[in-house]
Amino acid sequence: MAASAPLRWDRRIQRRLVRGEESALGELYDQFAPLVHGLALRVLADPEAAEQITREVFAQVWEHPEEFDPASGSMRSWIGTLTHRRAVHRLRPEQGPAEGAGEQEGAGPAGPEEEALAAATAARVQHIVAGLPQTLRETLLLTYFGGRTYRQAAKELGITPAGAKHRMRLGLQLLATALASEPVR
Amino acid sequence: MTTDRSPSPAPSPGAPLDHGTLRGLLGAWALDACSDEESAQVEAHRTVCRSCSEEASRLRNAAGWLSADEPLDPDPKLRGSVLARALARRAPRFPVPGYTEVYIAETARLDALLRDLGEPDWRESAELRWHSGSELLRPAEVLCHLTAVDGLLAVALGLPDPSAGAGLGERTALLRERSLRRSPESVRAQWRAQTRAVVATAALAEALDEDDRAGPGPAGDVPVDYGAFRIPVRTAFLDRAFECWIHADDIAEAVGYPYDPPRSSHLRQLIGLAAQLLPTALAALRAAGNASLTAWQDPAFGDPRGPRAVRLIIEGRGSGEWLVPLEADAPVPPPDTEPVAVLAVDGVEFCHLAAAHRDADRLPCGITGDRAAARDLLHAVRLLSRP
Repeated sequence: MAASAPLRWDRRIQRRLVRGEESALGELYDQFAPLVHGLALRVLADPEAAEQITREVFAQVWEHPEEFDPASGSMRSWIGTLTHRRAVHRLRPEQGPAEGAGEQEGAGPAGPEEEALAAATAARVQHIVAGLPQTLRETLLLTYFGGRTYRQAAKELGITPAGAKHRMRLGLQLLATALASEPVR
Repeated sequence: MTTDRSPSPAPSPGAPLDHGTLRGLLGAWALDACSDEESAQVEAHRTVCRSCSEEASRLRNAAGWLSADEPLDPDPKLRGSVLARALARRAPRFPVPGYTEVYIAETARLDALLRDLGEPDWRESAELRWHSGSELLRPAEVLCHLTAVDGLLAVALGLPDPSAGAGLGERTALLRERSLRRSPESVRAQWRAQTRAVVATAALAEALDEDDRAGPGPAGDVPVDYGAFRIPVRTAFLDRAFECWIHADDIAEAVGYPYDPPRSSHLRQLIGLAAQLLPTALAALRAAGNASLTAWQDPAFGDPRGPRAVRLIIEGRGSGEWLVPLEADAPVPPPDTEPVAVLAVDGVEFCHLAAAHRDADRLPCGITGDRAAARDLLHAVRLLSRP
């Protein structure tokens, strides 16, 4: 998935956001609203809460675009991380409010011109996820979309916390390897 | 599946976890499934342990792709509230000019439609109509047409011209020819990039104008040269929004997808543009010898005190009222002008007529007063369409 075009797009949109171009915020929304809203809705299963998360994520990005670090991952990955963090923190109020940007990793395509590539990657990923061993797949999906901690997931799956951590790491490693070894197009 | 959300027993703060334990947590960390305390320790460890840091990046990236499926579009109304919330937190240095609003909305709607097109859809043919003809174009060719005409706006704003053609027809033809060697997605990308560039550039230009009083004046006033006529940038954005909606509708019809009309406040602006262009279209109707010979064309007829006009009442979506002078270049009729006729018509139907999607003589409407004058107006509306 090494592509310089999305990276250029990421850097350019960041510069425009920092400069205070409202049009850049609109483009960012059009590009990532389905991701942000879809992910928040899937984790929270509450349309109103998902819309609130969407407002919070874009407000945070608009207010602090300088926190995005293109060197450590794509804009898509950063925004996905902000969204997932906020969503799971909402599910686990005992952990307090979501902190700022945190870590951002990954290098998925993000530019509008790369949307077709992203769609193809998404289809590929679905295929790969579907091909994961059942135990790993259910652990990943329950944790990510269910917003569970690994301890909660372990309890629900009837395994030890160590077993849950192991499945999560192994499942993601298999996913990462498959993504890297079968580059899209 | 139970829904146990009891607090996770976090390790006591300050008890540092060892490398092996932290490494084992990387998968859970990448899924945001650790306690805050554990996450903090993983993140601190990443700054000192290169191999853990690399693995963490890899796993986080992989986790991010779990949400890559089913990109459903959120409710269109959400966009406004999301942007408003953000802009309230931090005022934009370069706000988007109000006159680009409809264009932004319509290009985004068309883009969402295009995103859903499958390979067979791109091979369908859409029928583009105008008052005296029609043409079958594949969706990518429709985009070429939109790109070519949007290009006039781009040029007026100082952006590169996507087509070197002279007239509107030649501009589109050049891009269509080029599109045969390109994927529909790349045609779409070019169209979309330009739609964004014109909005971003208009925003920058407006802000720069404010800074530079001696400059050329508001960007919205800069003329856009269509060849046969010139309209200011602010009006051209509405014209382009209108054509974007109409041709999106043409594509949607070709592929059998539902496509809504613009929202009411946007439709009202589009109808306002048409109302503004109507006197000129009426003159063209007369010049072509297609206007009815009615009393109102006799200068001795009607209200001798002022310009003669038809009151256009738009009902339903985009509802509003406009007083349309019957002569081009006539002074703006005072609001209390007694119209020679009143024409009431549905807003969406009116726009479809302006796009030559309807027959002027069969459009459901209500007329009081001089029927011939109102009929002429309807025929003039249809003349607003162009290839």
